[in-house]
Amino acid sequence: MSYFSDIYKGIKTLLTGMSVTGKYFLTSRKGAITQQYPDNRDTLKMFDRFRGEVIMPHDENNEHRCTGCQKCEIACPNGTIEIIWDRGIDEVTGKKKKKIDQFVYHLSMCTMCGLCIDVCPTDAIEWGQNFENSVYDRSALTRVLNKPGSKLMPGVED
Amino acid sequence: METEVVHTNFKSEEYFINMGPQHPATHGVLRLLLTIDGEIIKKVEPDLGYIHRSIEKMCERDSYQQIVHLTDRMDYLSANINNEAVCLAVENALQLEIPERVKVIRTIIGELTRISSHCLWWGVMGMDVGALTTYFYGFRDREMINDIMEETCGARLTMNYNVPGGLMLDIHPNFVKRVKDFIVHFKTKLPEYDRLLTGNVIFQKRTVGVGILSKEDAISFGASGPVGRASGYSCDVRKHHPYSAIDKVTFNEVLKTEGDTYARYLVRIQEMWESLSIVEQLIDNIPEGEHRVTTNAVIKLPKGEYFQKVETARGELGVYIISTGTKSPYRLKFRSPGFSNLSLLNHIAVGGKIGDLVATMATLDLVIPDIDR
Repeated sequence: MSYFSDIYKGIKTLLTGMSVTGKYFLTSRKGAITQQYPDNRDTLKMFDRFRGEVIMPHDENNEHRCTGCQKCEIACPNGTIEIIWDRGIDEVTGKKKKKIDQFVYHLSMCTMCGLCIDVCPTDAIEWGQNFENSVYDRSALTRVLNKPGSKLMPGVED
Repeated sequence: METEVVHTNFKSEEYFINMGPQHPATHGVLRLLLTIDGEIIKKVEPDLGYIHRSIEKMCERDSYQQIVHLTDRMDYLSANINNEAVCLAVENALQLEIPERVKVIRTIIGELTRISSHCLWWGVMGMDVGALTTYFYGFRDREMINDIMEETCGARLTMNYNVPGGLMLDIHPNFVKRVKDFIVHFKTKLPEYDRLLTGNVIFQKRTVGVGILSKEDAISFGASGPVGRASGYSCDVRKHHPYSAIDKVTFNEVLKTEGDTYARYLVRIQEMWESLSIVEQLIDNIPEGEHRVTTNAVIKLPKGEYFQKVETARGELGVYIISTGTKSPYRLKFRSPGFSNLSLLNHIAVGGKIGDLVATMATLDLVIPDIDR
């Protein structure tokens, strides 16, 4: 007797599970959460805090906010950031002042921990939302963040 | 009387087989050396070290802020809880007063992390015993938590959201709304989990009575988390040593006494309900205030030894810091839950079949980077 009741119970549990999958089979269009990724690139917008890569924003006068204090370089756990700096003459005071020559960012070594951006006193660097970082040669992942010929925005002090 | 026929052409002997390091059921690069007689398991010997990154040694080099992001990479499914453990240890050592807001947000995010980890576990648990559909359903619900994390913390898996002294950023304005949406969504989905898998006759045949761990063994092997609680060992750190805002909420410690694979499964399903209720109790009462206490740029812990334990999705994570007063710890030891839970695998898998081993391992919920570090 228990043989047949076992079969009955077994089939019943299977059908209960099938009712769940069947529901989604019939309503799959409505509940689909997968994105058609390469096709939706134009409309795909990442969250504004998304950590894609470190970028250095420049304004219309090709000026950035990095004073070259190297706090980000010290905060970075992996040696991702390398600041090559120089001493230039400050135009206003005429004194010698530290300025960045190249802000080198090795994206290939970055773990996206966000400590550099957290520690930056002048908000010179921030997160970019670009995540499409596949390249043919890894040297393309080493970037100089300050644009050529750019200089420090006046009035930014650390 | 029949005489016993002794076969000389065939003989029975034990043999070795390798399970892993690249096996879909080991969930990572874990290699199991199985000694097998027919299909009966005689011995299971885990071989570790394939993903060892010497995180503990790297901690001796790094500053206390930098250590936090390494813990993301241990148990990556409960990254936020690992971060919290290190931050709590450092904050206790510095005797920092942490704002209530930070404590509540940390608890909410920790419980969301636990739900997301259990969702993933439920998906792969079903997949290990042959039900592929669960994988997609588990990941569907986990996706909502990942979106919450991505919007607030900036990353989906390795968040590094906690810093010694608080949180890196305040919560995103959409956070509360999204979490409430998730609670409503998940309350309709969790019963489906039960209907789809828990009651399923094939699943029950695979799990009930398999891999039994007694309470005494659970204690002596140092089992923690759902593995220990399924054997009746009350080991929830949140109950016994409350941290952050967990003492403000009421929740039940889920205990089962059977100690088999099915009991471990039920404990985790029940824990998702408990975590959901914790989030529900806290989400409307996030106090106003600072999200961060300013610390020195270079944190130097006073000379001494500090220990902090938290309950991750897998069990008890302990952080033991020995400081000599410099900017990095002299020694930092992680007591990871996965390592102790793996150590009892040989004990409970011997005598079973290979298929039972897969089901047993699925409910131990091993994360290999947590074991190897």
